[in-house]
Amino acid sequence: MHVFELGFVAAVLLAATPILYAALAGAISAQVGVFNIALEGQMLWGAFAAVAGSYYTGSAWGGVLTALVSTALFSVVLAVGAARWHADPIIIAIGTNLLAIGLTGFLLRVLFDTSGSFSPRGLEGLPKMAFLADVPVIGPIFAGQTALVPLAFVLIVAVGLWLKRSAGGLRLRGVGEHPDAAAALGVNVASYQTWVTIAGGALCGIAGAQLALGNVTVFTENMTAGRGWIAVAAVMLVAGRPLWLPVACLGFGAAEALGFRLQGIGAPQQLTDAAPYAITLLVLVATRIRFAKRASLTST
Amino acid sequence: MTAPPETTPGASGAPGSSRGPATPAAGDAKAPSRGRRLATAALRHPAVVPIGAVVLALLIGAVIILAAGLDPITAYTAVIQNSLDPGQLDYTFSVWAFICGMALAAAIPLRMGEFNLGGNGQLVLGGLTATVIASSLPLPSIVLIPLAVIGAAVVAGAFGAISAPLATRFGIPIIISTLLLSPVAVAVVSYLVRFPLGEAGSAVAQTTRLPEGARMWALGDLSYSNAGLIIIVLLMVVFWVVDSRTAVGFELRVVGANRRFGAYGGVRVGRLALGAMAAAGAAAGVVGAVIVMSSPFRLIDGALISPGYTFAGLAAALLAGGRPALIPVTAILFTVLQVGGAGMERSADVPRQLSDVLQGVVIVVLALRTVLDQRRTERSSA
Repeated sequence: MHVFELGFVAAVLLAATPILYAALAGAISAQVGVFNIALEGQMLWGAFAAVAGSYYTGSAWGGVLTALVSTALFSVVLAVGAARWHADPIIIAIGTNLLAIGLTGFLLRVLFDTSGSFSPRGLEGLPKMAFLADVPVIGPIFAGQTALVPLAFVLIVAVGLWLKRSAGGLRLRGVGEHPDAAAALGVNVASYQTWVTIAGGALCGIAGAQLALGNVTVFTENMTAGRGWIAVAAVMLVAGRPLWLPVACLGFGAAEALGFRLQGIGAPQQLTDAAPYAITLLVLVATRIRFAKRASLTST
Repeated sequence: MTAPPETTPGASGAPGSSRGPATPAAGDAKAPSRGRRLATAALRHPAVVPIGAVVLALLIGAVIILAAGLDPITAYTAVIQNSLDPGQLDYTFSVWAFICGMALAAAIPLRMGEFNLGGNGQLVLGGLTATVIASSLPLPSIVLIPLAVIGAAVVAGAFGAISAPLATRFGIPIIISTLLLSPVAVAVVSYLVRFPLGEAGSAVAQTTRLPEGARMWALGDLSYSNAGLIIIVLLMVVFWVVDSRTAVGFELRVVGANRRFGAYGGVRVGRLALGAMAAAGAAAGVVGAVIVMSSPFRLIDGALISPGYTFAGLAAALLAGGRPALIPVTAILFTVLQVGGAGMERSADVPRQLSDVLQGVVIVVLALRTVLDQRRTERSSA
């Protein structure tokens, strides 16, 4: 079996995309100075909302919209609590992560009378871009993917450029880097933080929708399985520079996809499951060693 | 997270201004009425916020149950009845002790403002170590059982301690490193239980039963509670003594309140973090050891993690604000939720997951309590 082929590239993209949306959410929150570790719970909620929305509306895009709106609402607690009420974002996030696990499991029982997983007959998954099938190179990579996959990259580049080049982006970065100075210049810090965190919630909703309706067509309890945490680590890794996110997330996607391949040839699932976390930590340490050296040179 | 400020109103006024009938010159512009002052004093009581959080969470839970078309009174009654059922108290007590142990694992770092979210990894490593020691060394119980518990504490403590240098040397927050390390440990233990250490011919991924001599001493004829729970209770007493009576405990709280002030005051923050994370991991490791050395006396894949002691413990620690004396009390709440949740599912047909929902709501409400604190400071500094 060839590991490095176009099919593998497709698998990497598939694994990386949900993480990419969540990491973009984390990165813009980091830019305005909110440490957002609620990504895992928000993504899980998004996955559930997407499946429920698709089930009730009968349309996968209805599911995406449901996920986007309801996860944005779900993130209001974090946004308002952290930005306006100056509560500890870490504690709110721990609470909302637990809440997401509990609520999705609870609603699964109450609304659909099942536990574990939910994939009713006729649940609409997101359409694949099959029309690309005949295009060389692009075809084998993207024909089996949803439109949300390339959109993730477009969004990241757009947001990255907007942050770097536009006046709004500049103000937004100012809010995170020096809130007092931004406030003195008349920027409403709390308002920026609130809306950016809510926008992050919407992005996590899309991440969940892609996971539950794009990668597969099912909701499983706790199906995010740590992807939100990998996204938090990715945000730390790129130190808030969104344009580097694709590199980090594709790395994790590759670790996950490689894990699946290795399982296919008999490697134990437990060890390939652990690999993305171990690799993430090692890469974090490796990049931080450089920072640490530089810091020890400059500080006395 | 810091302890709520314990300043008194008028502290910013002239020195010597008393709390008695305030003179117009004493800082506050208007002298509040007696009733108002009593009300403020009552609101300032440290118990108000946690109890308020719990009451609010129960109300929110009731709304959720109502929205689901069920009866909250029946559900909550079922929770209380099932967890406090005399026939089940033995089991409830053991869950309480495990939650207390995991609350320790969260509370010790919380004292210095750090979050240990790696409890699951530390728990399973402790369980694994105890299993290996208890099943492989041919020693008398009196030596073997303590050795297994201590071994579990050492291994899990060492694992927890890794996060400290990662934070102090490389600037990787403890909350992130514990979170990334934990699933690695869980996966490794799961692999070992499934393959090299697994019981041959068993459909379930589990080790063989521990020999008679390696089973935790029973307390009379109780079936769940055993001597291991006493160990966990003793650990809590030790934490309480260290926290309130020793220099280390004071340093932990100083660093928690203000890290730079602590470092300036001569606290070696790196060493303190190392000790705190080692102690936290050790506490989780002991819980893991006690669980595997209790009935059914073996390490079963996933059995240590799936009850959710780690997050119940974290929730109990947060609700107690890390204060050692309060943890046993807050742990009762989450024990009742956990044990009663299963009963609620059976008798009131409300899904067990409501327990997780309530835990989450309590934590969120607690985090938002700063609104209250803020209003207070605004009022007192006006």
